[in-house]
Amino acid sequence: MQKYSVFSLIKNAFSDHQNWEVAWKDPTPKKEYDVIIIGGGGHGLATAYYLAKEHNITNVAIIEKGWIGGGNVGRNTTIIRSNYMHDDNALFSEFGMDLWRKMSQDLNYNVMFSPRGIINLAHSDAQMNAYSRRGNSMRLNGIDAVLLSREEVQKRIPMADFSDNVRFPIFGGLMQPSAGTARHDAVAWGYARQADSMGVDIIQNCEVTGFDVTNGKIVGVRTSRGDIKAKKVGLCVAGSTNILAEMLNMTLPIETHLLQACVSEPVKPLLDHVVTFGAGHFYCSQSDKGEMVMGGDLDGYNSYSQRGNLPTLQHVLTEGIAMFPFLSKLKMLRTWGGIMDMSMDGSPIIDKTHIDGLYLNCGWCYGGFKATPASGWTFAHTIAQDRVHELNAGYSLNRFNTGDLIDEKGLGTKTWIS
Amino acid sequence: MLYIFCPHCGSRSQNEFAYGGDATVKRPELNKEVSDQEWDNFVYLRKSPRGKHLELWHHISGCRQWIKVERDTSTHEIFKTYKADELTE
Repeated sequence: MQKYSVFSLIKNAFSDHQNWEVAWKDPTPKKEYDVIIIGGGGHGLATAYYLAKEHNITNVAIIEKGWIGGGNVGRNTTIIRSNYMHDDNALFSEFGMDLWRKMSQDLNYNVMFSPRGIINLAHSDAQMNAYSRRGNSMRLNGIDAVLLSREEVQKRIPMADFSDNVRFPIFGGLMQPSAGTARHDAVAWGYARQADSMGVDIIQNCEVTGFDVTNGKIVGVRTSRGDIKAKKVGLCVAGSTNILAEMLNMTLPIETHLLQACVSEPVKPLLDHVVTFGAGHFYCSQSDKGEMVMGGDLDGYNSYSQRGNLPTLQHVLTEGIAMFPFLSKLKMLRTWGGIMDMSMDGSPIIDKTHIDGLYLNCGWCYGGFKATPASGWTFAHTIAQDRVHELNAGYSLNRFNTGDLIDEKGLGTKTWIS
Repeated sequence: MLYIFCPHCGSRSQNEFAYGGDATVKRPELNKEVSDQEWDNFVYLRKSPRGKHLELWHHISGCRQWIKVERDTSTHEIFKTYKADELTE
């Protein structure tokens, strides 16, 4: 594989950039693989990469219905953070933060990781107390957290509404300085390129139509490009998990919902951090191109449509304008939607299943992108060793049975409200 | 914008409604021994199909009645709506 560097860039400039190697191949599916990963998104590509790198398993295929990186890894708002209170979420995410910091070097691909910090705004004394508690829990788990006063928030984001007569005055906020953003497409492409170079077959335009299960053991998958045998199969298809589960006669603690995001026209740099509104569901950051990247609530009813509805967008942007009044002056450039696995406690599932050799990675709710490296790393471990790693032991499928829920927000099973 | 036909009020915009989730989920019968598994199935497990989905909506800014709506989850087409106690096909 050609190494990307400033020297290779200069060298290729002399031939008008016509001679770059392809980043990944377009192979025909083989008859059999050791492991098949279904879903060529961030998590699937990362899983294949760590299977090859950490476990030396390279006879692997990634099967993708559309094109790699076309689902939620290309539709998120690129936020990376580990500001969780519960141990399972905090330790898992913080492990991921380490992988994010090393990712560009590790993949030899610039993922433009930008640890610009995330600020969660508080709008009441009670919320300040809650944030203080969360911040202390984070620090006990070795995650950086700073409680900011109103004045300290104002210094960082003076464009927020600090006037006297507002419905939700800013009391302060909780900041995780090491959180940030990354270039989401580069994450998918970087993992794909490295996985491909280690022998993983990336098979696009290949839809799974069924599974072959014999005596409680997975033996292969049926696809639009023929049957493929496999010793192990991993599902990484957030948004479509319930569709594949139905083929397997499984019912999961997951509902599929639509989440929208949008960007404004580009403006000069003015927002240095990722900021979340504390009195509703809205968050905002500024991309390197200058666009304000925004998102918020789910559309609010089960959906497999990757297009959003305007009432929700209007509701979300109303919150945005309450936080940052200048947003009302900006034109909207693009809006889009992605479909989420909303799990019943708001936390993901990375586990084995009752079918031997079949592994499940799903239920990411709003937080799939930032989890990409840690999810791939732990899922690869779970598949390779046929047992969960301590980092994803809490993300078990049967926790809904045993009562060991990880209800970070304590919102219950109305997934469309959480 | 979804337009939902409320069986009590007529066609109204989605802004008047609140979603109530899967209407096919059945609570285990009262006064009957319920296993942990049955209870978990009721509380947590959902089919969440792509295609026809029977769901509850609350006409919260209208007549405040709960209704059942049969809707396609990929096209958002609404086929039929029912009163809460009406039998569905």
